[in-house]
Amino acid sequence: MLTIAVTGLNAHDNPGPGVAVIRSLRDAFANLTIIGLSYESLEPAIYMDGLVDKTYQIPYPTAGTSALSERLQHIHEQDKLDVIIPNFDSELFNFIKIAPWLASIGIKTFLPSHEQLASRDKVNLLQFGKKHGFMVPEHRQINNLNELQKAGEDLGYPLVVKGKYYEAYVTYTPDVAQKSFHQLSAKWGLPVIAQKFIKGAEINIAGLGDGEGNVISIVPMRKMYITDKGKAWAGITIEDNALIELATKFIKNTKWRGGFELEIMRDADDKLYIMEINPRFPAWIYLATGAGQNQPGTLVKMAIGEKVTPFIKYEVGKMFIRYSWDQLVDIADFQQFSAFGEIDRSKINA
Amino acid sequence: MFCKGHVITIIKMRIKKNIATSENGFIFNPATGDSFSANHLASVILAAMKNGDEVALIKHNILEQYEVSTEQLDRDWDDWMLQLKEANLLEA
Repeated sequence: MLTIAVTGLNAHDNPGPGVAVIRSLRDAFANLTIIGLSYESLEPAIYMDGLVDKTYQIPYPTAGTSALSERLQHIHEQDKLDVIIPNFDSELFNFIKIAPWLASIGIKTFLPSHEQLASRDKVNLLQFGKKHGFMVPEHRQINNLNELQKAGEDLGYPLVVKGKYYEAYVTYTPDVAQKSFHQLSAKWGLPVIAQKFIKGAEINIAGLGDGEGNVISIVPMRKMYITDKGKAWAGITIEDNALIELATKFIKNTKWRGGFELEIMRDADDKLYIMEINPRFPAWIYLATGAGQNQPGTLVKMAIGEKVTPFIKYEVGKMFIRYSWDQLVDIADFQQFSAFGEIDRSKINA
Repeated sequence: MFCKGHVITIIKMRIKKNIATSENGFIFNPATGDSFSANHLASVILAAMKNGDEVALIKHNILEQYEVSTEQLDRDWDDWMLQLKEANLLEA
């Protein structure tokens, strides 16, 4: 019996990967307890039947590692955790920092290092591309409107304005760029990133590295339906050696440890630009599982020290189509979680 | 019926090997994730192209089965090739 804690239960229009990760874990392990770690009481997966057995509220990343450690210590005393899979960029710094302490109390993780985390950060991406020989669109760090105006003049319009952690807008005029700058800086802080627009097909690659430069899994996906937040609402696995080679090079060069997502733009000349590198599984990771490469399940096996065999094939043409669902929730459940920061739904799931 | 110049063109008009086609006209490019719906005649022509049939033979079969002039068929064929090229379905 494994007990695995998972964050990212916010399955809304800008979804966290938690639900897809949990579905993959349930496919991988028959005897499993899933502990949800949630930041807010309206994260849908808290209340979804058959998914999370018990959910605990945890402090926001800005509260620091002491608050996080204290909370996880409490959770570990209640439900002995074997593995934690953090699924948000913004929380990874803290989890990486406390990983040795987690290991000392018997909780395994499989995370990149702080250096790896920082190297692929949006603000360092251009430098990262130059160092490793990847094509990355030119960008500027923006801390005020003057810098934004200059970036617009240098990079031209349309201009992609991106939040420090999440969200991006393709802006066609300086006015709209300014509005996006204010929105994103208020939500995610400074700097905001202004990136040169590349026209092309949006492709994402989900991957898993063993931390020693070896590829465990690579699955490329072409976005078929994109929301106004730039999220894939439908996608399909594709077969392209250039994409596999790109992701392999990323794993080998960085010795990436854990799950990751490469956001790629393929332009009309078939050039592959890395738009972003996400240091965790994407929200569409269940597609990779459905295509034959269960990355979350394999990550857990590596975390607990099992030897794993690298995947060598996946089903091409496997699709996902996301949907929205009005979930009915008993006010008692909502009240329980809101008031106490904990809810046990294991009996419902049994 | 066709001069040497046409033969050279024929060699370039190959459907990519990995393109998947079904009898009901569904076309899937696994390299890009693009999919298309083709009508009956387009499906038949695609199947023939995938089979390696020469353009001359495919056109001959169309002329045999449909009431269409050679000139019209040539114009439509050129348009068809453009569509295939834009859809990224032809070998480079």
